[in-house]
Amino acid sequence: MSESEAPKSVRAIVVGHGEFSAGLASAVQQITGMADQFVCLSNTGMAPSDIETALRSHLSEGVSVIFTDLPAGSATMAARRVARDRPELVLVSGVNLATLLDFVCSSAASPAEAARGAAERGRASLVVLERH
Amino acid sequence: MAILLYRIDDRLIHGQVVVGWGQPLDIGFLVLVDDLVASSDWEKELYRMAVPPEMEIYFADVETAIRDHARYAADPRPGILITGDISVMLRLVTGVKAIGSVNLGGIHHRAGRREKRRYIFLTPEEERQLLALEAAGVEVTAQDVPGARAVPLAEILGGPD
Repeated sequence: MSESEAPKSVRAIVVGHGEFSAGLASAVQQITGMADQFVCLSNTGMAPSDIETALRSHLSEGVSVIFTDLPAGSATMAARRVARDRPELVLVSGVNLATLLDFVCSSAASPAEAARGAAERGRASLVVLERH
Repeated sequence: MAILLYRIDDRLIHGQVVVGWGQPLDIGFLVLVDDLVASSDWEKELYRMAVPPEMEIYFADVETAIRDHARYAADPRPGILITGDISVMLRLVTGVKAIGSVNLGGIHHRAGRREKRRYIFLTPEEERQLLALEAAGVEVTAQDVPGARAVPLAEILGGPD
């Protein structure tokens, strides 16, 4: 599993297919300069157990939020297995750029609370613009 | 219709299955053949929640899948049957005798396995099991997504790309 460095300011894991998480983090960095809040993981070439192991290793460092790309994806499945014995964990699947931007800029008291608010912002950002 | 794809994939239900294959084939149902999953309500719920509402999912242990295979095959909707490893598919093929082809979609690295493709790693025993599938009249190819080339077994066993 490819992954970014884990600085002390890390607040969440972003995991998904291919370069999805690194790409999102790159966009967050360009817009806010705060992508160091994320550890980015890719599921490419990984068995489910390997993804789970990588997630657990970062959660043991105090991270309590996981963002994943696709609800049916292997990363989400692995995260759900982790969440089974980590009730404090907040898992957000279907993450998009608006979600991560709201998360890094949030003034919520905890990463978990920030994740819940960010999920709402991300959901609201998905709109169809047909009449110009 | 019929079961359009018999797939071996250690991730079982995931993006390549549900979206990559599921959408272009207009899949209406999935059969997940796994003894552990079939015996666990938590595991079944995990996979059920990963499947879009327009797809139905059946869970079966190997014996049940052999017994019910004719019913799956007679379903008017196109379907995919998935096992998590080669030995389970071999047991299924032995019991059903009506499976013409098997797709290797993802068998990832672990101790004792050697790389054959970037998404296919095999132990010597698994290689023997694949040859047994072929000897049973089953065409075995590796193909992770529909747009990729279906790689024949002889080429797979020949080594990495």
